[in-house]
Amino acid sequence: MRLAKTAFAAFTAAALTLSAAFAADPDPKAWDAVTAAAKGQTVYFNAWGGDTQINDYIAWAGGEAEKRYGVKVVHVKLTDTADAVSRVLAEKTAGTNEGGSVDLIWINGANFASMKSKGLLLANGWAEDTPNYKGLDADNNPAVLLDFMVPVKGQELPWGKAQLVFAYDSAKLTDPPRSTPALLAWAKTHPGRFTYPLPPDFMGTTFLKQVLYEYTGGQKSIYHPVDKADFAKVTAPLWAYLDELHPLLWHQGRTFPANYPEMRHLLADNEVSIAFSFNPSDASSAIAKGELPNTVRTYVSDIGSIGNVHFVAIPFNAKAKAGAMVLANFLLSPEAQARKADPKVWGDPTVLAVGSLPAEDKARFDALALGIATLKPAELGALALEPDPSWVDALVKEWQKRYAGK
Amino acid sequence: MLGYARSGPLRNRGGVGALTQPTGHAFIPALAFAVLAGPVIIGLLFVLLPAFGYLPALGGTWFSLEPWRRLIAAPGVLHGAIISLAAGLVTGAASLAITILFLAGFHGSRAFEAMRRLVSPLLAVPHAAAALGLAFLIAPSGLIFRALAAVGFGTDRPPDLLTVHDTGGLAMMAGLIVKEAPFLLLVSLAALPQIEAPARMVVARTLGYRPATAWLKAVAPALYPLIRLPVLAVIAYSSSVVDVGVILGPTNPPPLSVAVLRWQSDPDLSARFLAAAGALLQLGVTAAGLGLWLLGERLVARLARARLESGGRGRHERWVPLFGGAGMALVAALAVLGFITLAIWSFAVSWRYPALWPVPLTLANWSHVLPMTFGPLTATLEIGAVSTAVSVIIVIAALEHELATSRPAGAWAMRLLYLPLVVPPVAFLFGLVVAAESAGLIPGLIAVALGHIVFVMPYVYLSLSEPYRRLDPRWSQIAATLGASPWTAFLAVRLPLLAAPCLTAIAVGFAVSVGQYLATQLLGAGRVDTLTTEAVALASGGERKIIAVWALAQTLLPAIGFGLAIAIPRVLWRNRRAMLDAQ
Repeated sequence: MRLAKTAFAAFTAAALTLSAAFAADPDPKAWDAVTAAAKGQTVYFNAWGGDTQINDYIAWAGGEAEKRYGVKVVHVKLTDTADAVSRVLAEKTAGTNEGGSVDLIWINGANFASMKSKGLLLANGWAEDTPNYKGLDADNNPAVLLDFMVPVKGQELPWGKAQLVFAYDSAKLTDPPRSTPALLAWAKTHPGRFTYPLPPDFMGTTFLKQVLYEYTGGQKSIYHPVDKADFAKVTAPLWAYLDELHPLLWHQGRTFPANYPEMRHLLADNEVSIAFSFNPSDASSAIAKGELPNTVRTYVSDIGSIGNVHFVAIPFNAKAKAGAMVLANFLLSPEAQARKADPKVWGDPTVLAVGSLPAEDKARFDALALGIATLKPAELGALALEPDPSWVDALVKEWQKRYAGK
Repeated sequence: MLGYARSGPLRNRGGVGALTQPTGHAFIPALAFAVLAGPVIIGLLFVLLPAFGYLPALGGTWFSLEPWRRLIAAPGVLHGAIISLAAGLVTGAASLAITILFLAGFHGSRAFEAMRRLVSPLLAVPHAAAALGLAFLIAPSGLIFRALAAVGFGTDRPPDLLTVHDTGGLAMMAGLIVKEAPFLLLVSLAALPQIEAPARMVVARTLGYRPATAWLKAVAPALYPLIRLPVLAVIAYSSSVVDVGVILGPTNPPPLSVAVLRWQSDPDLSARFLAAAGALLQLGVTAAGLGLWLLGERLVARLARARLESGGRGRHERWVPLFGGAGMALVAALAVLGFITLAIWSFAVSWRYPALWPVPLTLANWSHVLPMTFGPLTATLEIGAVSTAVSVIIVIAALEHELATSRPAGAWAMRLLYLPLVVPPVAFLFGLVVAAESAGLIPGLIAVALGHIVFVMPYVYLSLSEPYRRLDPRWSQIAATLGASPWTAFLAVRLPLLAAPCLTAIAVGFAVSVGQYLATQLLGAGRVDTLTTEAVALASGGERKIIAVWALAQTLLPAIGFGLAIAIPRVLWRNRRAMLDAQ
């Protein structure tokens, strides 16, 4: 009997030790262990690389991470976040469950929904236990808990905010239309002076969502999965709007700019009179760099403007999980967030609840000079939530059915 | 001392060649087959399966026609396929026409030499950089319309003209012709010695034909079969190009290859099946283009026979040099002006319409970007060095094998050589990635370098085969009679004589490697940054001045390569002038 008991105890001890040895995921509740494990790791941070100032900011963050935590950061510049999603998917297909090539990914919306539903993300809710998470004041800030209406559940850490603002050259246009119905009326008298990026580019789909939001009066159905709603009925005003608008667009809608920066070039060269952006400080940054004339100003729609939060996430098979957690936590620190919000650096608004931060951190944000074309937070108005991600796909498909190749 | 003592009667070993070539190279043809055809076949196989519904990671565990149903239902696919087909055929026809008319009208004249020197460096410019230069030049807010506005033909707004991204794909075709016409010109010049053009011209002139007509009737029909494969490569490339399509092509709907790439990166992961089906459709479109071209050849041959044999001496042949010269001059002008536009943008702080010249000028763009280029530059150099070195070694071994067996590469060998150039990369590269991952190959520098070999080797072979064949075999025989072993003859006699062509082939291979986009992007898992991947990543959302710096940096590298290829022989043979044009 005693022999059996000793054998059983020994076996259990061995099993526990073995499982501890194989326990792969670092636990952010034991943060010191995480920072110790992160030292010397190399984190491959997959993030969109099409904007030089964002690349410079990420380079700075990488330098700081190496100095403070011994974590080396390699910025993998993506043309499209879905490239990294493809990469993780291909690794899962090939059975690579450890040592994957993507450690941290800048993500939100449909890409996040896709990775989450296919089981491609680290599942243990790590984000909510990182030290800087409390700065978000998540209980009073529901926007950080939902990513396009999909519950985040700690699988990604918030990084920055976005809100739709329109930009125009005040020297050439004195009274811009301050809502999408007004935009259509304005386009009738100024044909060929407005355009939007080609869906499925995210700025193009944001324009579609903004029009839908303004014309449906914020109906609840767009916040639920699309198959539960009468898609044709809800989106009818949107297609009627676009049918009227397209012949009045830049080049009569025969071509569309590929993305937001191309649209900004059109505004700079006076090919269009109105452009729009997701970053309220982007116009000021562009003016500071000489890209836009210093008479450009921004405004938001009177009816309400769509906005969202963007995040960073860790794939299930990342090689440097501890390093990725440390980097993500640093990106959410007040120091990094304040530098990010500075229009001279990037100008991306912070996700932290500034009002509830300690005094010295709050002072960092108060000291920022927002820029000549940036609206003050009070002027930005209410953030309209993003619809459920299933609507994006449905809208894009219907748009392509009606307008692609015509 | 001599290989024949061990090898048996001379007549079984390919004649005199056996005496002078090193032995041990019988495996070379098999190796070349493996390197050229292997990746293409494997890639196509791994695209075939998802196209019919089989991809376990996404739940596709049985075969179905669903991807094809989705492809047919996808909007704009037919239009995109037609644009790709048209782009392939029009680019091929226009480049060939410009080349032939230019050669006919100007061969032997001083203008010819000058134009040839002007146009040869264009080979070094990567396609993406040339397309970007053209885009900045012909856009409504580009340099041409600013110049017109400056002389009074414009207003304070750019004209409402759709040039770049036009719906018919003409801007894309222009961007391709600017690169392909010089390519065909140089391929033709390399092939001309084989058909003894001067002798033919003498006969035709003495029979009374005017110069251009003599060239068109006596030389061109003999030249065309030699450049048929390069022309087919041009058609295949133009019908499936991705980076030029993104920079200059229509956006709504895009050319088929651009659409396929977008489906491959769609966040909706089930679009991968659609992408595989689209890749096979792209294969079909390219095959259709090639098929139509070959049919067109027969048609033109039948129609032209009457004219060739009619005896017309060409009394009204002025239009030949006119169109040929105008065409080639336009190609050169667009390329050079595009380059100038990029250069000006790279020194600009802000350059908004309608300013003709940016004020102030600054070096800040260069000083900001150059430190960031060091990483990608190193990767580009490493990948280029490895892929070019391996390609050159295999090619020289293959050419030596040809000499040893006295059997020059047959028609099928040439078709094998062109296989990677004729199968659309967007079709087989994705399959190759899936295959590589299943085999456990880690994506990275090595994988990319190996992948580049597939694209570099054909160009290195094309560049080196002519000089190798033209090398007088008597040099090797004299070396043998003086007691040199086959290896010594190779290293001490043949290689030095071919130093200049070898260096040119290395420069060509390196330029091809530098310009690769899709291969680096897919095989490197996006973690390998080269100058080209950086430039294209920025083109999707960067400031024009930064794009210009990257495009110029991307061009400088192969330009330096060609410069070295010209300079090194001169330094090497500064006391031996005759070595420069040996053979």
